[in-house]
Amino acid sequence: MPEALSSVVTMTAMTREVRSPWSEFWRKFKKQHIAMAALAFVVLLTLIAILAPYLAPFDPENFFDYDRLNEGSSLVHWLGVDSLGRDILSRIIWGARISLTAGFVSVAIGLVVGTALGLLAGYYEGWWDRIIMRLCDALFAFPGILLAIGIIAILGSGMANVVVAVAVFSIPTFARLVRGNTLMLKHLTYIEAARSIGASDWTIVMRHIFPGTISSVVVYFSMRIGTSIITAASLSFLGMGAQPPTPEWGAMLDAARSDMLVAPHVAIFPALAIFVTVLAFNLLGDGLRDALDPKIERG
Amino acid sequence: MLQYVIKRLLGLIPTLLIVAVLVFLFIHLLPGDPARLAAGPEATPETVDLVRQDLGLDRPMSEQFARFIVGTVHGDFGKSLRTKRPVSSEIADRFMPTFWLTVWSMVWAVIFGMAIGVVSAVWRNRWPDHLGMTLAVSGISFPAFALGMVLMQIFAVKLNWLPTVGADSWKHYILPSIALGAAVAAIMARFTRSSFIDILGEDFIRTARAKGLPEKSVIAKHALRNALTPVVTMMGLQFGFLLGGSIVVEKVFNWPGLGRLLIDAVDMRDYPVLQALVLLFSLEFILINLVVDVLYGWINPTIRYR
Repeated sequence: MPEALSSVVTMTAMTREVRSPWSEFWRKFKKQHIAMAALAFVVLLTLIAILAPYLAPFDPENFFDYDRLNEGSSLVHWLGVDSLGRDILSRIIWGARISLTAGFVSVAIGLVVGTALGLLAGYYEGWWDRIIMRLCDALFAFPGILLAIGIIAILGSGMANVVVAVAVFSIPTFARLVRGNTLMLKHLTYIEAARSIGASDWTIVMRHIFPGTISSVVVYFSMRIGTSIITAASLSFLGMGAQPPTPEWGAMLDAARSDMLVAPHVAIFPALAIFVTVLAFNLLGDGLRDALDPKIERG
Repeated sequence: MLQYVIKRLLGLIPTLLIVAVLVFLFIHLLPGDPARLAAGPEATPETVDLVRQDLGLDRPMSEQFARFIVGTVHGDFGKSLRTKRPVSSEIADRFMPTFWLTVWSMVWAVIFGMAIGVVSAVWRNRWPDHLGMTLAVSGISFPAFALGMVLMQIFAVKLNWLPTVGADSWKHYILPSIALGAAVAAIMARFTRSSFIDILGEDFIRTARAKGLPEKSVIAKHALRNALTPVVTMMGLQFGFLLGGSIVVEKVFNWPGLGRLLIDAVDMRDYPVLQALVLLFSLEFILINLVVDVLYGWINPTIRYR
């Protein structure tokens, strides 16, 4: 008899759809067509960035078509040629590599450091909390791009330093977000239960609190990438990031400024590239938020 | 209320101190010897030493810090390495154009942003909402410098309706303030919409509708007033964003403001100017945040006593 009962139990468990958090998320996310399209675009763009050496028709820095300076779209140069005779499409394809790497790496650094600090501050409170939150306040006291400019003034211009600078101003936002979640989660019964059976602080934080913060961190991560790509491009536009002839989108726009009157297309395509990329990340972020955490603030 | 303001002001002291230390350490973190930078590339070692003494860079750090704090309080930041003029007068010349640019951007960004947000919330999931939110998500995705360049190309170069660069008349303010304010308007629109939707679901709105008030007065009188609280906070936060954004937009429009002064100072390693500007920007930002917190406490007394 017990055997028959257990087989019945297995049967009902099998027939009911398994609802893991992941499948639940995917079920909700799949329904959002715009976010799905944005995800597809981000994947496509990542592939383009990885395969840039095989996809770009010309060398982005060292190929000069002197017969077609500032010429518009043609069969040879799909997006036209810039004032030095370089193929704009090739430069945009290579630029995708730089912008995506800059956006992703800088936010990833901010996420790792900020999450660690947030968990520390929220879980231990007391002095940890005071010191970490004061430091975050001080970082918040500088408007984002100004902080980045200050850091670049110290480290020198260049794309690697831009990544560091953007990472530094992503840290406090992640720290605050995770700290808030941690403070809320650590008073819940299941954390108390874990502590009462003698789980170590490390186990409680990593196995029980951290997973509870993931969904808001992921939403913030994707929203932040768009902002970071814009900031990195802005810094290059100001001449503090990628230096010419590097095909960075912001730097390309800066270079196109002097020829705006005769060749607006040189500026329009990199501007569109930034816009579409950032738009995709923002729409993806909106979709992730709606699927993961409908309560999180917009903005 | 006064107690709350005083408490908040006192709470600023640690942050201000950390900011002051950071800005002070800033020149010592800059690559190269500041005395060498000030003396110029052709200076002999003797001249560099003289300049070092003149700038007080040979004194102990604690004394330098004390002098820096005293100087800051008196508004004395030394002389610009580039123009040899006092930093304070360099900044004074450039302050107003940036100030007005920021204010105008904020004004129209708030008006348009809130209008779009309210319309989107009231006609939720219908075409005005879709249109408004498409505009908004585009607004936060278009970098200010690219938008500035596009606007200049269309309205100044092609149509010749507005001037391209400079800050001489009110017409000069139109394009830069649109370029600068677009992202803020977009954020305000998204934020107002979600805050408005939350409010429209509240019980007192149902009560107002149930007692037969026309929809117009429900929205204008009951919902709008209550949705304003979070929007005010958001506005304050965005001011910092505008301060930062003005740096980029000023380059596009060749604007004679603080942003361009900052860029030039970074290029020329003009550290006294750089130091003063970083301090000024962060001070402005901190003060704005304080004003917002006080306003917030005034609108919503429950948060004051936390």
